Amino acid sequence: MKRSEKADELRALAQERILVKDGPYGSMIQTYKLDEASFRGGRDFEHDQKGNNDLLNLTRPDVVGAICSAYLDAGADIVATNTFNANAISLSDYGIAGMAREINLAAAKLTRTCADAATAGNPDKPRFVVGALGPTNKTLSVSPNVNDPGYRAVTFDEVKGIYREQIDGLLDGGVDFILIETVFDTLNAKAAIVAADEAGEARHEEIPVMVSMTLTDLAGRNLSGQTVEAFWHSVRHARPLTMGLNCSFGATELHPYVNALNPQVDGLVCVYPNAGLPNELGAYDEPPEMTAKLVKGWAENGWLNVVGGCCGTTPAHIKAVAEAVKGVKPRQWRALPPALRLSGMEAASFF
Amino acid sequence: MTENAMPESRATFINIGERTNVTGSAKFKKLILAGDYAAAVEIARQQVESGAQIIDVNMDEGLLDAEKAMDTFLKLIASEPDIAKVPIMIDSSKWSVIEAGLKCVAGKPIVNSISMKEGVEPFIEHARKVRRYGAAVVVMAFDEKGQADTKERKVEICARAYDILVNKVGFPAEDIIFDPNIFAVATGIEEHNNYGVDFIAATREIKARCPGAKISGGVSNLSFAFRGNEPVRKAMHSVFLYHAIQAGMDMGIVNAGQLEVYDEIPAELREACEDVIQNRRPDSTDRLLELAPKYKGTGEATETRDAEWRSWPVEKRLEHALVKGIDQYVVADTEEARQQIAKPIEVIEGPLMAGMNVVGDLFGSGKMFLPQVVKSARVMKKAVAYLLPYIEAEKTEGSRSKGKIVMATVKGDVHDIGKNIVGVVLQCNNFDVIDLGVMVPFQEILKAANDNKADLIGLSGLITPSLDEMVTVAEEMTRQDFKVPLLIGGATTSKVHTALRIAPRYHGTTVHVLDASRAVGVCTALVSESGRQAAEFAAKVAAEYEAIRAERAGRGQEKLVSLAAARANAFKIDWSGYVPPKPATKGTRVFAEYPLHELVERIDWTPFFRAWELAGNFPGILEDKVVGESARKLYADARKMLDRIVREKWLTAKGVVAFWPCRREGDDVVLFEDESHAKEVSRLFFLRQQIEKRSPRANMCLADFISPKADWIGCFAVTAGHGIEAHLARFKADSDDYSEILLKALADRLAEAFAERLHERVRKTLWGYAPDEALSNDELVREKYRGIRPAPGYPACPDHSQKPELFRLLNAGQNAGMALTEGFAMLPTAAVSGYYFAHPEAQYFGVARIGRDQVEDYAKRRGIPLEQAEKVLRANAGY
Repeated sequence: MKRSEKADELRALAQERILVKDGPYGSMIQTYKLDEASFRGGRDFEHDQKGNNDLLNLTRPDVVGAICSAYLDAGADIVATNTFNANAISLSDYGIAGMAREINLAAAKLTRTCADAATAGNPDKPRFVVGALGPTNKTLSVSPNVNDPGYRAVTFDEVKGIYREQIDGLLDGGVDFILIETVFDTLNAKAAIVAADEAGEARHEEIPVMVSMTLTDLAGRNLSGQTVEAFWHSVRHARPLTMGLNCSFGATELHPYVNALNPQVDGLVCVYPNAGLPNELGAYDEPPEMTAKLVKGWAENGWLNVVGGCCGTTPAHIKAVAEAVKGVKPRQWRALPPALRLSGMEAASFF
Repeated sequence: MTENAMPESRATFINIGERTNVTGSAKFKKLILAGDYAAAVEIARQQVESGAQIIDVNMDEGLLDAEKAMDTFLKLIASEPDIAKVPIMIDSSKWSVIEAGLKCVAGKPIVNSISMKEGVEPFIEHARKVRRYGAAVVVMAFDEKGQADTKERKVEICARAYDILVNKVGFPAEDIIFDPNIFAVATGIEEHNNYGVDFIAATREIKARCPGAKISGGVSNLSFAFRGNEPVRKAMHSVFLYHAIQAGMDMGIVNAGQLEVYDEIPAELREACEDVIQNRRPDSTDRLLELAPKYKGTGEATETRDAEWRSWPVEKRLEHALVKGIDQYVVADTEEARQQIAKPIEVIEGPLMAGMNVVGDLFGSGKMFLPQVVKSARVMKKAVAYLLPYIEAEKTEGSRSKGKIVMATVKGDVHDIGKNIVGVVLQCNNFDVIDLGVMVPFQEILKAANDNKADLIGLSGLITPSLDEMVTVAEEMTRQDFKVPLLIGGATTSKVHTALRIAPRYHGTTVHVLDASRAVGVCTALVSESGRQAAEFAAKVAAEYEAIRAERAGRGQEKLVSLAAARANAFKIDWSGYVPPKPATKGTRVFAEYPLHELVERIDWTPFFRAWELAGNFPGILEDKVVGESARKLYADARKMLDRIVREKWLTAKGVVAFWPCRREGDDVVLFEDESHAKEVSRLFFLRQQIEKRSPRANMCLADFISPKADWIGCFAVTAGHGIEAHLARFKADSDDYSEILLKALADRLAEAFAERLHERVRKTLWGYAPDEALSNDELVREKYRGIRPAPGYPACPDHSQKPELFRLLNAGQNAGMALTEGFAMLPTAAVSGYYFAHPEAQYFGVARIGRDQVEDYAKRRGIPLEQAEKVLRANAGY
């Protein structure tokens, strides 16, 4: 099936019910308490690899696969690859920038296998695989040097290049869609969109993308200074399969911004919040029932098409969320009136 | 200009700032060539401040590496929120420069421009790339044969480009903007004479043939032949835009601050411009050329009146200037005094303070009024500002101040007219005022008080949630063991509230200050050098507040009935024969730029004078024996500023109104998407009076005015405050409190006038249930009309926290550029929002005190915790 047909299938399903996305890999991997040797998995590296979660796709596929399957068992319709940092910029922190393609390819195959097994077990509930692109640790629209606001540590073409490498690996490994998530810098996301578009052109097919913004302050803006609506105007041209928010804060704090998103998005909305705010020790302790209750409120407001979890959520959270939104009518939207929709840090629409 | 003469689309004309363009601005070009990017960034900032909704950036200059300059400049402005809030127009004739720009912009920009100049293939390729980067695009009417000059060529090229973009490239029509080329007219070359007509006619046809697309153009080309004669150029641009906008032109690259109001162009010049633009007669160009020199030099002649007082001794001149509020000569006179007197500080302590004492005496004895005092303060501030460097240089101790006060408008609130007046009056009386501004969280207030060793803290607020915030500040002051007196002021504050709610939370002295004229007395007493006087004053206030509390506690309050009983005694309307009028307007109506002149006539002046603490009704107040003279002067200044506000477009009035089918459910009003009532879009929660009523008076609730079967309700939000910041900043920089306060007060009045005017239009046309209403202005002021427009936060629906839902329904952020603070104050500050009820019996009332049962019921209805409901209803909860 072509990827655009997969996208149509997902859209059709999303008409019937609210779909469930998985939770994060990071906090689950921590529970395995892996040591340096486990991360290396018998391979040779110059740098220490402990904490390099993306490498586990190669060295501990059993761990990654088990987490993915746990989310599938919990009821996730959509599972993401464990590739949040599997780009050459982020991997260079571990001295393995050259392994980006290998990791993405392996991650995509692994997730595909888990998802296909789940689909085979219950053909009435088809599962989808999305290739996850994180934001990298470099920003295109903000200077890292306070004394030189015009400086950038990286160029648009470099960011586009590392994303293209990642996207090609993920597509070759069999993902259905590309997920551009935790976007704190809009320009990074735009580079990813251009990369996906160019990859699609090279492959003569349309690559559906999902876009998910993250807010970096309680005033509801990302690091580029954009409001939710301004951001939406910046990425709407990609006709994202889903647009939404993830990470940022817990569902309580995210509430007004999901509300703000709702009337603006003429497509599927996907939100996956953290399990509350971190406590004094930096850990998330919002119990699954609480997250589920908050998310259910959104669903009942008619705000959700896809919902999942981010930092601190576990398969137990996803299970609770899946049960909470079961039977709740998915969000409907209206076509937006025609307007020239532009944005700076704020949205500007001219009718 | 009447509204009829104003083309409807004029209101939505989009100004694109042209000054950050090296081909259009010599100054900008010079800065960029010199590598002075910091100063170049300031030009961008000014553009946005003066109202540009988009800024055009162009670096096409032979001596520049345009790609690099584009990259550098766009990255620099990306970190300036004041600038980067608006979209960018990336302007270049070179694709490589455009692409460099596209890689720097996080928002969604416009590319200016692409064309079929080099054929269809490159055009398609560029369009695809623009789309990939997520930008809108300007398409020039240019093809392989050249730039289109006639109407037919313009239309033909644009229609062809539209077809390619929409059908081949898949470009959204609404992201396409055509530039059908504005060329210079009146050049002396006959072929050029019809260029204006060609553009305007082409605009009309392109809009018809290319649905969704917009039209833009670089306006200053038009008057190229009149370089050096700005008045004529401005007149030509205004006349041209007047016609082009009616024909459908949506946006233009213009110098936003420099457009002349069509009606204000001298008739003879306007006619000559009309002839040229419309190509009405063969000798149009000659006639305009003949006329042009006459208008070249028209600047405003400055009025100088060197009256007799200029010959007085310098001390007398300073005193006169202070008392009369004349700032024209004050710097020169201060300098003269400085040369005569040994130390610069003594100029302040001597003649300037002597003059201010005269002012203070006159004010104290009621012979001078606040507006004049504020003007005097402006003069004083200028003199002091001039002396300050000399005083610093001498390192003297500075004038002995009576005391130091830290003042702030509390968190969540943005109103500061009253606070600024108090600050000025205190400064005139030799207090050191540290004004922290608006929306100040308690942490900052207390930190500033500590850092500055303040003697007093003053809090101000206008909206009811501010009262809670003041309680919080009081509690924090107790927790942090503050000792300094706390002063409370602002329109919703009261002695009773201070005594009951704030004073008990602070272990130090808390004093409510009624108005600016009391502030000096209170502050002086509290900081008096003999501590005894201060202690006596504090004790007196404390005793008075204790008495208020005792009286309140003992007083039998009006009895509350149960919510059930109140509902049983609801306001009864016989719905059987009533046909709810269906609004003539469908959905949402947006006013992007409401003509200010139309609002000026609607201003209700009485509250304006009240803001300045001048009591009396307008216009009688102008003839009042006591305050008449002050009121007249203030009024004259206000009218003068109002003229400039309108003429020079200092402010932009924006508003939005919308209607929904609805019905009453209990005390809620449920709004629906359409008349089938199938899909609920919102639910408004209203409160009911619970104070026991004597028959036949009802326990009213706004929901009573809505039919339980099927009815209609309207919502609105208006503001007249857009653009005010730049002018306030200008006055602030000039130490001109008087003008600053005047402008804020006028903006408030304009917003109120807007709400009034809009309500009238709603009644007559937009809803249209009273098409034949014909009331005099006086009757309008006395609200003789049918229907009401209650506002959340005001007596009939006192819960401010209903505003976010109102704003969401109206999409007020997008439609009127309005926002809410966390305390539900509206931004811009000069704003009004509310609901429209149309039933003939709908009336205003105050909910007043309500019982616990209603608060609990309200929490349940709204689905919020009881504590939150108690918090938002604190002012009404009577238990």
